[in-house]
Amino acid sequence: MIRDITLGQYYQTESVIHRLDPRFKIISTLLYIVALFFIDDFIGFAIAWLGLETVICLSKVPRRFILKGLRPVFLIIAFTLIINIFMTQGQVLVEIWRFHITKEGLQMAAFMGIRLVLLIIGSSLLTLTTRPISLTDGIESLLSPFKRFGLPAHELAMMMTIALRFIPTLLEETDKIMKAQQARGADFESGSLLRRAKALVPILVPLFISAFRIAQDLAMAMEARCYGSGLPRTRMHEIRFTRTDAGAAVVFVIFLAVIVLERLLW
Amino acid sequence: MTAFLEVQNLVFDYIKQDGTTVRAINNISFEVEQGSFTAIIGQNGSGKSTLAKNINALLLPASGRVLVDGLDTADPASLWEIRRRVAMVFQNPDNQIVSSIVEDDVAFGPENLGIDPDEIRRRVSFALSAVEMEEYRKKAPHQLSGGQKQRIAIAGAVAMQPACIVFDEPTAMLDPRGRGEVLDVIERLNEQGITCVLITHFMEEAARADHVIVLDEGEIKMDGQPAEIFRRPEKLRELSLDVPPAVQMAHLLRQRGIDLPEDINGTEELVRCLCRSQ
Repeated sequence: MIRDITLGQYYQTESVIHRLDPRFKIISTLLYIVALFFIDDFIGFAIAWLGLETVICLSKVPRRFILKGLRPVFLIIAFTLIINIFMTQGQVLVEIWRFHITKEGLQMAAFMGIRLVLLIIGSSLLTLTTRPISLTDGIESLLSPFKRFGLPAHELAMMMTIALRFIPTLLEETDKIMKAQQARGADFESGSLLRRAKALVPILVPLFISAFRIAQDLAMAMEARCYGSGLPRTRMHEIRFTRTDAGAAVVFVIFLAVIVLERLLW
Repeated sequence: MTAFLEVQNLVFDYIKQDGTTVRAINNISFEVEQGSFTAIIGQNGSGKSTLAKNINALLLPASGRVLVDGLDTADPASLWEIRRRVAMVFQNPDNQIVSSIVEDDVAFGPENLGIDPDEIRRRVSFALSAVEMEEYRKKAPHQLSGGQKQRIAIAGAVAMQPACIVFDEPTAMLDPRGRGEVLDVIERLNEQGITCVLITHFMEEAARADHVIVLDEGEIKMDGQPAEIFRRPEKLRELSLDVPPAVQMAHLLRQRGIDLPEDINGTEELVRCLCRSQ
């Protein structure tokens, strides 16, 4: 089962969106999220949705994959909707016992719901179309101007890379420890929630110890491969801002401008 | 033949938590020829892994010297030059792979050396073909078997274009099939001119080298060609080591009067000689 886990939720296929510069994808996703909070009417949301739809079609990621990303946050969306419907003051439409639904409340809830759905789909498109490794490369490159203020951009990216690399290894390790303890009569499945939580403590201790052991081994292996030699590091895959990226950037700027104009003119 | 590695009166002490020192390596000297295949064999605790880490300056001698291609490991100025020339492959295949994509991991060493991206790509392709893992270049390490992971680790070493690779028990955590794969790769690299030092506790593996050093309690107990070492099974047994089954078999057959040469080290050789002697 561990062999099949996918890191992040990258969807492997060939598309224009997959090939874009990860730095551009990160920045445009952030700007898109900001824009969603700038929009204040349905026409604006329609434009934002149209933009997103275009990207989805270009990315060739099947829709069920994209919708899968919504499932874990379904509760949060539902909760936000309820809070907004009942807690907003204004013109009362329906009154049930002490709660009343207002016109403003309904509108607010609809906006918030659409906003959240668009936001989650937008940001999951970033992770669906970008390899975790490219993401860390992109983040490193974006943060590198801050190096002169003492921000360890490369080290942060290296930490993310290693964390991604060792998630499956530590899962495997956890599995091994649990089996070893089950073989000696440990019970992880029965009893109250508290009891089951307590049963996890004996797993965490050996897991931490083994994580430290792995860290020590890995540090030695990295040193043996000249990591930290002080030579300027190069990259096999340089991130390049290509003409496709430039084209995509122009389209994206026009898209943002339309959203801003729509808000100002209507 | 010139000596690539020179170990001169090497002493290494571990300091335990209570402050006492334990002598892991006690005054050993040997040389490794350029382009040779040397096996260092010994029981757990014989100091063989400590010795391996002294070769590329991961550990520094308490006294004595280690010279790599004439460079002293104790000299901080030549530290990275030594590590570039002597690459190392460790025991646990999982704990030495840095990246979650095979080709990125192989590129890690050359990237650290600041090599030009085009050249890195060439080296990565070459290294992956040297270990016959080209078709896995885009895979994630956790999708591979132990032997395959270890071959990736070897590719990572090869990509640094070292003159010598030290293998610190690379097969200890592998199944027999993985062990065979890794050993074949080591032999092939040696044929291509890379000096190989293999640390192991398997006699059959040492038999494939052209120079064997037997280590026990931090001292060299035997040093010579495999055939010379295997000619003294009593001495090996004293050090809790065994001659490989094929050597043992050849020895017994010779006692029964079958004419076999003295220098049989492996099963294949034995089979060849037996088929010829009929």
